[in-house]
Amino acid sequence: MSASILTVDDSASIRLTTRVALSNAGYQITEAVDGMDGIAKLNAGQFDLIVTDLNMPNMDGLTMIRELRKMPAHMGVPVIFLTTESDNEMKQQAKAAGATGWLTKPFDPESLVKIVRKVLGK
Amino acid sequence: MSFPDPIAVFRTEAAELLEQIEAGLLDLNVNLGDKDQIDAVFRGLHTLKGSGAMFGFEALAAFTHHCETAFDRVRKGEVPATQALVTAVLEAKDHMRALVETPAGDHEATSEALLANLRAAVDGAKSPGVHQAADVPAQTLFKIRFSLPQNAMANGTNPLPLLDELRELGECTIVADRSAIPSLDLLSPTDLHISWNVELLTSQPRSAIEDVFIFVMDDMQLEITAVQAATAAAKSPERQETPIQAAEPVAAEPVAVSAPRVPAPVTAAPAPTDAKASKASENVRVPAEKLDELMDRVGELVIAQSRLSQLAGGSGDLQLRAVSEDVERLSGELRDTMMVLRMVPVTQLFGRFRRLVHDLSHETGKVIELVTEGESTEVDKSVIERLADPLVHLVRNSCDHGLETPDERRAAGKPPAGRIMLSARQQAGEVIITIKDDGRGINRERVRAKAEASGLVQPNATLSDQELYQLIFQPGFSTAQQVTNLSGRGVGMDVVKRTIDALRGTINVISHPGEGSEISLAIPLTLAIIDGLLVRVGAGRYVIPLSAVEECLELSIEEDMRSRGRSFISLRDSLVPFLRLRDLFRTGTKPDPFQKVVVISTGSERVGLVVDQIIGDHQTVIKAMSKLHHDVATFSGATILGDGDVALILDVGHLVAEGQQQEAHLRAAG
Repeated sequence: MSASILTVDDSASIRLTTRVALSNAGYQITEAVDGMDGIAKLNAGQFDLIVTDLNMPNMDGLTMIRELRKMPAHMGVPVIFLTTESDNEMKQQAKAAGATGWLTKPFDPESLVKIVRKVLGK
Repeated sequence: MSFPDPIAVFRTEAAELLEQIEAGLLDLNVNLGDKDQIDAVFRGLHTLKGSGAMFGFEALAAFTHHCETAFDRVRKGEVPATQALVTAVLEAKDHMRALVETPAGDHEATSEALLANLRAAVDGAKSPGVHQAADVPAQTLFKIRFSLPQNAMANGTNPLPLLDELRELGECTIVADRSAIPSLDLLSPTDLHISWNVELLTSQPRSAIEDVFIFVMDDMQLEITAVQAATAAAKSPERQETPIQAAEPVAAEPVAVSAPRVPAPVTAAPAPTDAKASKASENVRVPAEKLDELMDRVGELVIAQSRLSQLAGGSGDLQLRAVSEDVERLSGELRDTMMVLRMVPVTQLFGRFRRLVHDLSHETGKVIELVTEGESTEVDKSVIERLADPLVHLVRNSCDHGLETPDERRAAGKPPAGRIMLSARQQAGEVIITIKDDGRGINRERVRAKAEASGLVQPNATLSDQELYQLIFQPGFSTAQQVTNLSGRGVGMDVVKRTIDALRGTINVISHPGEGSEISLAIPLTLAIIDGLLVRVGAGRYVIPLSAVEECLELSIEEDMRSRGRSFISLRDSLVPFLRLRDLFRTGTKPDPFQKVVVISTGSERVGLVVDQIIGDHQTVIKAMSKLHHDVATFSGATILGDGDVALILDVGHLVAEGQQQEAHLRAAG
């Protein structure tokens, strides 16, 4: 079975691009529109990887990661941040919260797929 | 698997974001300290920038970046939110829309002007001297040398963004060290052989540079050496003060200029449905034309179903009848669900008026408060689209002609701020949208004089208020003595009337001199399928929209004879004019012995229609009439009956007007 990825972004167009890139690469994609929705999706299923935006309404990406690291089922899920921020303080916070990787928007869909492959070890 | 066009998705998203940003800015304008709105505006700008850059809208991304930066500073408390800033970003927002719509256009000059405006607003907002220190920081020259593992690129690391990030930190000289590149026969194209030497002059600490490499640090080699602390003197207070003072007069000026314009506060009640509105964007998005297509199919189904019902009704087959009843119930439910799908709340429609009123209050120098009510009222999507223009016109009219200037208002003993109330509510099968202002009201004498001058009314004719007010919707009618930018060109009100007519709606005007006026638009909830009353006149069958039907009466032969010559029936002590559809349609056949009167109304006016037979109610799928029949006023459309025949749909508004006219004629004749 192909790996299952949760993508979290409040921008529909970014979600679409991510979905196109990753599902063409053969991954199963589930989408969430913000951190809150992301947690809800996490509660409902298992994922091999999470690709998330940072700055979102309702719950931001950092908070979501911190929450998810508290959930026994998802403690070890790798997380890639896909975000406009290139603020280093943010990166440090993200790394501290348990992020595995970082890709700055605008991104090249191919490089996203590469990073995902790398993280998933395929 | 097929995906929608991401650019199209981005455009839709951008339109939504811009709307969100605008709503946030307008709320901020009322309450400058609203932290949630500041965050929301920042987030909107942030997402717009990010997605814009993603899909090649570079000019948009670059431009939005500046607004985002300004709001980031507001968010972090470095700069207070001011009305000048909000106004500057509002103007910038319009420009962003242009950048989304025509990314290839020549926008540079406008961008520059708006950004200068924004900078002035930000600088003007800065409290002098407080946060300036950050602007003239000490700079350090770092020498950085780094190399990535040979397999870095194969593993998805791209060194170029790292270099870009270094460039963002300060002045940067980057030299690639290509010495490690092997000869061609040994070169593997996926390996990375280059390392980099970078000289970076930055005010950031060393840790900032380390952070650039945070995700690749584990496998790479990185040396950072601080060469010199370049401008330590910058910390001395003397150096700090000079640039501030130089900046200040420049910054203060534009604020002073715009200050008298700004205080016109547009207080708009924050939409209570905000949360709901933003929730709505989580829904599945379907192109409107697909909905229309589906609606057409449902329409066809309803027609086929009524044919089935007719067949089943005519046969003695009980099983067939049972199935037919099921199909009838299901298609009715399907129709209702379909209707709901097409319904959208008027929030969006009302939302744009906050901006309009904000702009108008600037343009006219009037202080205008916009209050909206019933934003969650839902109306068919296509109705909303077509209502936008007429409403804009009516609101402009209220701002321009209705409301007085603050001085005039004070003199009249009213509060200086004029008030426009925009409300929506559902009533039976109609949505009523009301635009109400507390201005000077419609000047009856002036309307009258103008109407007489342009030959619309005879000088001695008696007109009711309602009739008089309806004159303002005549083509070429305008009482404005001075044509302004906004209205008064005499085009518009007739267009409003035409649009509302086309929507099968009615306009009602109430006005009290000195107290204000109120214009109500009553629009049927949907355009595609209506409940109709099927009647027969002579050999032809016709549909009367059920929403307009008040009651049905029998017209006995005696009463028919008695009423010959005059066309009134007495209905519970009031006289109602009636039209003999047999005469109107020149049927030529013998009338049924017991004719019926269907009383229809458009709110305040009533008229009876004499028909031969009332067949019953009928789910009417409205089909537009061909261009050839465009001018036929008596009918608003056609429908296909169960047996495949075509029935025409009577235009209620027109018939009522005709009935009333006939009444007026007879009265005038004595």
